[in-house]
Amino acid sequence: MSAILPPSERLWWKHPLDRLEAVWIVIAFIWCMVMFFMMVFWHVYGKQNLATETYKTTPEKFTVATQAMVDKYTVRTETDQDIPVVHPPEGSDIYLIGRLWNWWPILELEKNKSYKLHLTSLDYNHGFSLQPTNINIQVVPGYEHVIKVTPNESGTFSIICNEFCGINHHTMVGRLYVK
Amino acid sequence: MTATTYRTCPRSGLQFESQAEKLMIANAVAAVVALLVGGLLAIGVVLTRWPAVHWLAADTFYMVLTAHGIDMLIFWIIFFEVAVLYFASSTLLRCRIATPKIAWAGFALMLIGAVMNNLTVFQGGSSVMMTSYVPMMASSWFYLGLILFAVGALVACFVFFGTLVVAKREKTYEGSVPLVTFGAITAAIIAVFTIVSGAIILIPTYLMALGFINEVDPLIYRTIWWAFGHSSQQINVAAHISIWYAVAAIAFGAKPMSERVSRGAFLLYILFLQLASAHHLLADPGISTEWKVVNTSYFMYFAVLASMIHALSIPGAMEVAQRAKGYNKGLFEWLRKAPWGNPAFSGVFISLVGFGFLGGISGVMMGTEQLNLLIHNTIYVPGHFHATVVIGTTLTFMALTYFLIPVLFRREMISPGLAKIQPYLFGFSMYFFCLVMMGAGTLGVSRRHWDMAFSGAALAYEWPGAAYLMMGLVGIGGMAAIVGGGIYIYVTVGSILWGKKLDAGVVSAKFTPVGRAAPTAAAQTYGSAGFVAPGTFVLAMFFLVSFVLYYFINWKYLGQLWGLS
Repeated sequence: MSAILPPSERLWWKHPLDRLEAVWIVIAFIWCMVMFFMMVFWHVYGKQNLATETYKTTPEKFTVATQAMVDKYTVRTETDQDIPVVHPPEGSDIYLIGRLWNWWPILELEKNKSYKLHLTSLDYNHGFSLQPTNINIQVVPGYEHVIKVTPNESGTFSIICNEFCGINHHTMVGRLYVK
Repeated sequence: MTATTYRTCPRSGLQFESQAEKLMIANAVAAVVALLVGGLLAIGVVLTRWPAVHWLAADTFYMVLTAHGIDMLIFWIIFFEVAVLYFASSTLLRCRIATPKIAWAGFALMLIGAVMNNLTVFQGGSSVMMTSYVPMMASSWFYLGLILFAVGALVACFVFFGTLVVAKREKTYEGSVPLVTFGAITAAIIAVFTIVSGAIILIPTYLMALGFINEVDPLIYRTIWWAFGHSSQQINVAAHISIWYAVAAIAFGAKPMSERVSRGAFLLYILFLQLASAHHLLADPGISTEWKVVNTSYFMYFAVLASMIHALSIPGAMEVAQRAKGYNKGLFEWLRKAPWGNPAFSGVFISLVGFGFLGGISGVMMGTEQLNLLIHNTIYVPGHFHATVVIGTTLTFMALTYFLIPVLFRREMISPGLAKIQPYLFGFSMYFFCLVMMGAGTLGVSRRHWDMAFSGAALAYEWPGAAYLMMGLVGIGGMAAIVGGGIYIYVTVGSILWGKKLDAGVVSAKFTPVGRAAPTAAAQTYGSAGFVAPGTFVLAMFFLVSFVLYYFINWKYLGQLWGLS
């Protein structure tokens, strides 16, 4: 019953290491270092690293920028709510608004081309969850997150909100096309 | 010195001081009541997320989910932990508890806070989830309830520290404190950090709810809230690992393989475990990569190293004790001949294995900076933390309760047969529940989401059939686990109310000082290849291989995603 009693030796910290524990500690330590440097390695050689470029923003400022993009590059509208479908040129700044309870507008991108995606929320926290690709990013109000994205597959994608944002949270689904 | 009495339990030899004993009983009972409420709410959560049932309306679902999270993650666990702190100080060190009146005041604050918070949530209008991210606001009573609870818990931590001082000054023990007490000290230190972080962010949010402050920055809120929200789960880790050591000692007479290694591992927790609150911020804007990488890895995974050490040391200590008793055949006779019919042991062992394999591996995967993109805010996250908090902490507390019913509550357990199967039913159905939840999360299914069919959305998304299947299995596994939890409540409450009263043992006005553990026998002759616990080492290597494989499979999956930079 000794884990619940004071240690038998007064100088318990001088007790020699058991071989079993010593070997395991060395193995575990090496594995920990592998995991740590894997993150660093991926920043150098990997292609999926979340950008940290962020600006403070306001709903007004961000809405103006988004509206300017919509006015310039809208190619058609969809659904009975006439959501604009925007086809911006390669390399341009593209804007996506998260708000109660939709993603606006619908973006149409091209495969293997890069874009600078600006993301923010106009109200509560939202979650950008691109499906079925499964890329998930937190969207925080007041902060404009700029992420360089390069779609590597074409098709129709959905953007689901996966941060709880109120009673109609489940209706907050957007769309994104890759040609 | 206050007049008090000490009771020596005839069944365990433990000595309970009367004030501390009453406090432990009160806190444990409050914990079980919170578990009962949280468990009833779990029925609503599970039956709504089961797509074929989809029971509750959206507003009720979010209300029930908010209360379930808070009752389970905060009230059940922290009430129980306060009881554990008093046990690890007053009982293990055989001393009186410091300032019992202040300890009762702390308990009262916790109780008032818990009731206030729950009542506020059930009135509706405060369905903001446990995280209550600003600017989504709850009623001011919601925050006040949490703040009162936290202050009460902080008081309990300081009563615990005070009790350590009393024991030292009155010389109730010889040498250093026991390992279990050392682990409890770790938990209490982490708890102080946690509660102070909570105060730093919840007090301004409370003032904002009252209208005295205009804005709490949403990103700062998230950053500091998680220093509270995640760290509170680190208290659990330190607490339940201490209990694993305690149960290994009680069930087997096991001795820690090395006091130095086990205490060193707890020290690593104190230094590095808190950094893990970064896990929740990996997909956030505005936080630098360097900050994310250093913090999410507990500064180079030193806390993971500590957990891997405990994961070897605890079963290793059991193996050594069993081999010394003669269960020395092959690699695993010690394990086959373990007391599987004793729920205190089976609960701890099922908890230990599930915590490591399901909770530990998934936690490190999702806490990897880039890999987090795959699962952030998906139902993978609750899959992970049900493996750590429910299989790890809750099941351990349940196992400890089976030990405490005759010892602390002085009652014979009713339905010992039910108690015997309870850890298996609850533990294995939780294993299944966590696995299928993580499966659904890997497919992208969102957490905190009322309707995976997106009814009423203009641009709905159709989940693959496998996602629906997984969520259906989540429903089945969840209901089985709730039945297992119900049996625990029935056995515990039933034993306390109707169990046969047991002999209290000798009561004396003075404590009997606790002596040192018996010294270890000289060179051990069992084991193989110079390893005293070869079976445990084989299990540990199996764990490592699973860990490595799962870790790199996820990197491969990540490598197929869109380019992001």
